[in-house]
Amino acid sequence: MSASRTAVSRSLLTPFNIVAGLILAVGLVITVMRFTGGLGAVTNLSDYNPWGLWIGFDLLVGVALAAGGYVTSAACYIFGLKRFHSAVRPAILTGFLGYALVVFALHYDVGRPWRLPYPFIVQPGTTSLLFEVGACVALYLTVLFIEYSSAPLEWLGFRKARNLVVRLTMVLTILGVVLSTLHQSSLGALYLIAPSKLHPLWYSSYLPIYFFVSSIIAGLSMVIFESSLAHRYFHDKMDETHRRETDGVALGFGKAASLVLFGYLLIKVIGLAVDNNWHYLTTGWGAWYLVEVLGFVALPCYLYAVGVREKNLTIIRRTSGLAVLGIVLNRLNISLVAFNYHLPSSERYFPHWMEIAISVFVVTVGILAYRFIVTHMPILYEHPEYKDAH
Amino acid sequence: MEGGFFTLQDFMYFTKGVTYLIMVGALIAVTAFWLYLTDRDEDVTAEHEEE
Repeated sequence: MSASRTAVSRSLLTPFNIVAGLILAVGLVITVMRFTGGLGAVTNLSDYNPWGLWIGFDLLVGVALAAGGYVTSAACYIFGLKRFHSAVRPAILTGFLGYALVVFALHYDVGRPWRLPYPFIVQPGTTSLLFEVGACVALYLTVLFIEYSSAPLEWLGFRKARNLVVRLTMVLTILGVVLSTLHQSSLGALYLIAPSKLHPLWYSSYLPIYFFVSSIIAGLSMVIFESSLAHRYFHDKMDETHRRETDGVALGFGKAASLVLFGYLLIKVIGLAVDNNWHYLTTGWGAWYLVEVLGFVALPCYLYAVGVREKNLTIIRRTSGLAVLGIVLNRLNISLVAFNYHLPSSERYFPHWMEIAISVFVVTVGILAYRFIVTHMPILYEHPEYKDAH
Repeated sequence: MEGGFFTLQDFMYFTKGVTYLIMVGALIAVTAFWLYLTDRDEDVTAEHEEE
């Protein structure tokens, strides 16, 4: 083996690559088991708990955290805040990968995944919320793919196609906002059908509004969180404009996130008052609810505000991690923890280790795809041939 | 509280009343929070006037 080949193979054997490779190997084995043995072979799902971790985490959390795409493009193109322009492409990429992985993970969860297109071609089912969610996710994934495609088209040198996509930016942004408003709220509305199964502290007729407003928080926080990670691991891929604008993006999005978190906290309190659920706050479930609302809504709201006032980017970046965790906790509480709360513990759902492994596998696939795209395509820098061309 | 309501009217009267009071507090709280969030922002208008 020549010296250069030895160097290449050594550079590929990084701790990250080894761990990612192991996760992919385990994930592929479980994938074969899932599609040959069925859901029962790899999950703890049952008639009581037909929706488990793959819906709670991969779908609900995935869709919420992918909201950065529509939030950032709306801020830049609809509200005209051009100082956030450098954040648009990374946010669109995260959104696109997020939704692509949601659909990918859905193939594991749906009993007969080859029937996923059925609602559109065989049975209309237009009165179902799931039809609306399915239609919006399919359409929005297409919108995100077209929005994102300008980067690979620049990379591949397809100038005419790239210029056509860039001309569609405003239409795609408006479509993105409309479709996101519809399906982010509809995901919350899915749980309106289960008032007796979801604990009253989490069940509310305002669930669609909670899901939509918290998706804005997730989008804003995820852009800050992802940009701080990109700064650490892909600093050499960033151009001067991106580096210069990153601090302004964190400050601007931190301020917006703080204000939206404050509004979210208020509507959560109003939800308690409307249903007169105050007395549940003194129970064990109430303590857990207060952990979520005080620790992962009120606290990040205050920390964002302090970070913005002090212009302290470290506080803002760390708070974005806390806010993202809060969204994960909220979605898991609604879909798993507080769902079927009245069942005896023997009937309660806890994910099988292979369900957790598939979720980790899906996230790893996303991270590897992100790393490949950011390393090869103009995401964190402007392509030299298209400087200031959009 | 749970056993204190005998009619839907009672329940709505109580919960609506509490919600309205919270809304009054919320309007004041949002204003105060906005001032807290922005009072250290650079005054763009003043800068323009100086120019």
